[in-house]
Amino acid sequence: MTDSSDSSAPGSAPGSAAGPARYSPLHQAHVAAGASFTDFAGWQMPVRYSSDLAEHHAVRTAAGLFDLSHMAEIVVLGPEAADALDYALAGKISAVAVGQAKYSLLLGREGGIVDDLVAYRTGEDRFLVVANASNRAAVAEQLLERCSLFDCQVFDESDDIALIAIQGPKSFEILSQVPGVDIPALEALKYYWSTPGTFRPVSTDADRGESEPARHELLVARTGYTGEDGFELYVAPDVAPVLWDALLETGAGSGLVPAGLASRDTLRLEAGMPLYGHELGLATSPFQAGLGRVVNLKKEGDFVGREAVESGASEGARVLVGLVSEGKRAGRAGYEVYDGETVVGAITSGALSPTLGYPIAMAYVDAASASDGANLLIDVRGTRVPASVVPLPFYKRET
Amino acid sequence: MTEPSALKYTKEHEWVLVDGEVATVGITAYAAEKLGDVVFVDLPSVGATVAEGRVVGEIESTKSVGELFAPVNGTVAEVNDAVVAAPELVNSDPFGEGWLIKVAFTELPELLSFDEYSALVGE
Repeated sequence: MTDSSDSSAPGSAPGSAAGPARYSPLHQAHVAAGASFTDFAGWQMPVRYSSDLAEHHAVRTAAGLFDLSHMAEIVVLGPEAADALDYALAGKISAVAVGQAKYSLLLGREGGIVDDLVAYRTGEDRFLVVANASNRAAVAEQLLERCSLFDCQVFDESDDIALIAIQGPKSFEILSQVPGVDIPALEALKYYWSTPGTFRPVSTDADRGESEPARHELLVARTGYTGEDGFELYVAPDVAPVLWDALLETGAGSGLVPAGLASRDTLRLEAGMPLYGHELGLATSPFQAGLGRVVNLKKEGDFVGREAVESGASEGARVLVGLVSEGKRAGRAGYEVYDGETVVGAITSGALSPTLGYPIAMAYVDAASASDGANLLIDVRGTRVPASVVPLPFYKRET
Repeated sequence: MTEPSALKYTKEHEWVLVDGEVATVGITAYAAEKLGDVVFVDLPSVGATVAEGRVVGEIESTKSVGELFAPVNGTVAEVNDAVVAAPELVNSDPFGEGWLIKVAFTELPELLSFDEYSALVGE
């Protein structure tokens, strides 16, 4: 048997391609939990603990705990931080209220996507920009360069911030019961807002009677990448393992399990969320990717990529669509899509949907073949499998 | 389940149980673990002629697709319909109920011993 996924090729030494492998502050917890690891942007991250499917279903029905410490956190600070980000990013970041978050894009001058990211306004003059691990250097460099025109400073704090996400319908119930976690505004926290909190690990017998354990700061955001309700917790790396264990212990009775990147990928795919390097890249324009709403052409002033984007996506450029098919054979990234006998596009992500039970895929196809209901064919390793264009997302939670 | 130490192996992470002139073939626990949850198995038809090293089937997980190679020349004598109906057997019992095909072979090629295979996967 050979396995076509390069991430799990036997014998591939961790981190051999681009320097030594990096490890999350939670690595030992993952090892102890029996995780399998995969290289992700140079990091050895848990791909699964036991079963991709069990972890996927846990997030849809109860909750899953993800280690996202590999992600990049870059702080932009100063009196003109908001103006700087209006110039650096595609969205109107100055319109984001303190406590609010915004999904945005960092565009290149040619209008391509350097990264997709979330900007959290954590103060009048302070923003936390959370970017993909694979684009950390590019985003940090571009923000530094673009923000240098304004009165603000840029700090890459990725090495000093760990990130734990709890995702799923039971997330709130679990997070609100973790001993030592205090998040005053948790109940009122809205989707795409963040709030400060603290975590004071409950003292063990060993240190009873001594000084109170320290109170650690948390940033708690109601955001995620799974299509479920959930929270992302930004915390100091040395505190992360204790918080991780406390969450798992509190949530065990509610069905909380640690979940790896394999389930994260099928969850985000069902939720129709793009993944950089698959649906998004330097050669993709926001409009092709269905992210036109993220680009604010009405905002005053220039922003990087504006001119290129305003000239519009070239006519006939391929656009991102959802595809569903029958049976069990899923189209995978790179598989060609046919309209009749003509190749009209290619798949960027695909899987047999664990929640829906049928194959789903995202693909870029010619505009002429992209209308909802269009009947296309996916070349699944030599067999043409019928597929229909559907609107994204494939899965939407009941609210 | 047959003891893994009593089986023969291929570099493609398949195990082979030789009984007379019939070879039972499956994928190893190592391969199943690397694939993740298997959700679809495609096997050849009974009676099909297979050639050593040729692709005769597919094993798909949520994350990726693995190919099943024929480890021997011969004719497919039996396929595991249970694993087609319940692909998760490949994960839960790769050396037992998760077997894939039985091939009536004409000649047995050189296969890896348990120790050689263990060394290959570093376990």
